[in-house]
Amino acid sequence: MLAYLSRRALLAVFTVWAISVLSFAIIQLPPGDYVTSYIAQMASSGSVVSEEEAQNLRIQYGLGQPIYVQYLKWMRLVVVGNFGMSMEWRRPVAEVIGDRLWMTVIVSVSALLLTWVLALPIGIYSAVRQYSPGDYAATFAGFIGLAVPNFLLALVVLYLGFVLFNANIGGLFTLELQDAPWSAAKAWDLAKHLPIPALILGLAGTAQQIRIMRANLLDELRKPYVVTARAKGLTAWQVILKYPVRVALNPFASTIGYTLPYIVSGSIIVSLVLGLPTVGPLLLRALISQDMFLAGTIVLLLGVMTVIGTLISDILLVWIDPRIRLEAT
Amino acid sequence: MATVALPVEEQRIFVASQWQLMWWRFRKHKVAVASGAVIIGFYLVVLGADFLAYSDPDASEAQRSLMPPQPIYWLDGGSFYPHVYGLKGARDPKTFKRVYVADPSQKIPLRLFASGFEYRFLGLIPTTRHLIGVDPDLDASKTIFLLGTDVQGRDLWSRLMYGTRISLTIGLLGVTMSLVLGVVLGGLSGFSGGAVDTLIQRVIEILRSIPTIPLWMGLAAALPRDWTILQVYFAITIIISLLGWTELARVVRGRFLAMREEDFVVSARLVGCTRFRTIFVHMVPSFMSHIIAATTLALPAMIISETALSFLGLGLRPPAVSWGVLLQQAQNVQTVAISPWLMAPAVPVIVAVMAFNFLGDGLRDAADPYGR
Repeated sequence: MLAYLSRRALLAVFTVWAISVLSFAIIQLPPGDYVTSYIAQMASSGSVVSEEEAQNLRIQYGLGQPIYVQYLKWMRLVVVGNFGMSMEWRRPVAEVIGDRLWMTVIVSVSALLLTWVLALPIGIYSAVRQYSPGDYAATFAGFIGLAVPNFLLALVVLYLGFVLFNANIGGLFTLELQDAPWSAAKAWDLAKHLPIPALILGLAGTAQQIRIMRANLLDELRKPYVVTARAKGLTAWQVILKYPVRVALNPFASTIGYTLPYIVSGSIIVSLVLGLPTVGPLLLRALISQDMFLAGTIVLLLGVMTVIGTLISDILLVWIDPRIRLEAT
Repeated sequence: MATVALPVEEQRIFVASQWQLMWWRFRKHKVAVASGAVIIGFYLVVLGADFLAYSDPDASEAQRSLMPPQPIYWLDGGSFYPHVYGLKGARDPKTFKRVYVADPSQKIPLRLFASGFEYRFLGLIPTTRHLIGVDPDLDASKTIFLLGTDVQGRDLWSRLMYGTRISLTIGLLGVTMSLVLGVVLGGLSGFSGGAVDTLIQRVIEILRSIPTIPLWMGLAAALPRDWTILQVYFAITIIISLLGWTELARVVRGRFLAMREEDFVVSARLVGCTRFRTIFVHMVPSFMSHIIAATTLALPAMIISETALSFLGLGLRPPAVSWGVLLQQAQNVQTVAISPWLMAPAVPVIVAVMAFNFLGDGLRDAADPYGR
């Protein structure tokens, strides 16, 4: 178990490193360096950057030095939480991102939880009542869920909400509470707004999980131990929930590692359509205005967040599956 | 020894080639066959986009902004006379918005193979014929918009035809590139094993645990603004294939591992085939079908990626037309509420993705005709 966990942790470290290199590459990609863009940005708004100030910035970011020196300088700043300045907002990147990262976490995690809450019972039902109308309905809904890209789904839901209820169902807060400090009322408001984005984001994952759960459980249900349990007089649901479901749960948990990056990815673009205050809209704006420190930081933080989530799911897997827990060495 | 007479059907199975068996098995999967037909239809649109369009996709006119779709009426007083109703522009007395109402007194006849803007059919034959169109002798105000027009007054149907061409070829190109990467790296991984295998597997695991959309966005946004449509097109293809090859590599590796110890592979090695020959002459043909299935299943992701990127304004840029570019106009819910036909490009996206998924499922089942 320790070997397994340390292997996963090591992989996570490598992943974070790969993500940091990629984020740095994104910062570096646009033509010209940070300082030239900064000067151009300032010039376009009418102010002039003095030669001295430009020189100081060049030294701070090691511009003109080899690329790995620049990377290391950037990393050293990042590790202590200094993500650089956002050109467009003229404020430190960390300040601009602020709450939005947590909003992304909240939206993604609730989508993930919703995926489980829906997929588990539906998957079990579909397997136990194979070929029933309910099973067909679930399969059909599943295919739709897999085929409709979530941003299109968001668009359709938004449209329907607008036309049928004449209400804007986007956003995470009502207007009055948007900039209010945190309070119980604001949290309740958030809870009321969360289900729709969570459902949209989680639908594709749910569809996939239902199919996995159904297939796994069907395999298990045919095994002799189920017959034995039934012969010994356990009630139908006891038989199903106590043994085969637990076995079928294993691949279910191990797919979180792939579901989470998918949900985080999706949250970016769905947030744009629904107008959620996550890092999504911020990232798009930063990329379009070439505010590269902001964009790079968001990519980095999203990546790190996903890696942490995956690591948690690995630990969960160890807890669920004794075969991994009890594995020698 | 008495020979048991087998039914003709079963005798056929013994002599059938592997591809024949696969085809028989695939044929049983009705939904997959239907999906295959849908996809062939889509690619026919790709080939004949300019023939199916009836007006220049870039011809814009502010006067025709956001006109609603005109449904085709096939009959007129009992006789066959396909036509659409002309549209009358008016002002909404409450909102002062420009609205269009169908005017039944004004019938615009449709012609088959009408002449319109000039193009080269299949890129070769110069012609002006289009599948449908209005009589060119009529005055310029007589127009048809089967799916309405967009904000700039461009015909959505014609743009959708051209968009199909770009969206579906970009997916095909992207998947081809992923395929090359996936087969080479997956093959290398499965065939050599050891340190190379471990390294490639870890790289795949890392790539799969990174949220792709932010990365794509970052890469796509870095494309120089002054690139031509063609350059952006290829760059986007490369970006989406760069991160999409992992699943294909996984399938190929799995096949290689399963096959490495098979008798025919071992014999090929023993008679002195080079590694290259063993792989490409003996192993690849036997899992070709699996690769085709995995490729089909990878295509929808490519199509969705392109659509998503272009939707955000980071992928293909106007004047290029793709499903995503068309959907950009549907970003604003207020606009969509007034002009719901702007969401029409979502339909082919969903249909294509679903068809590719079903076809891929059917192919995957058929790929192993000796299984269950």
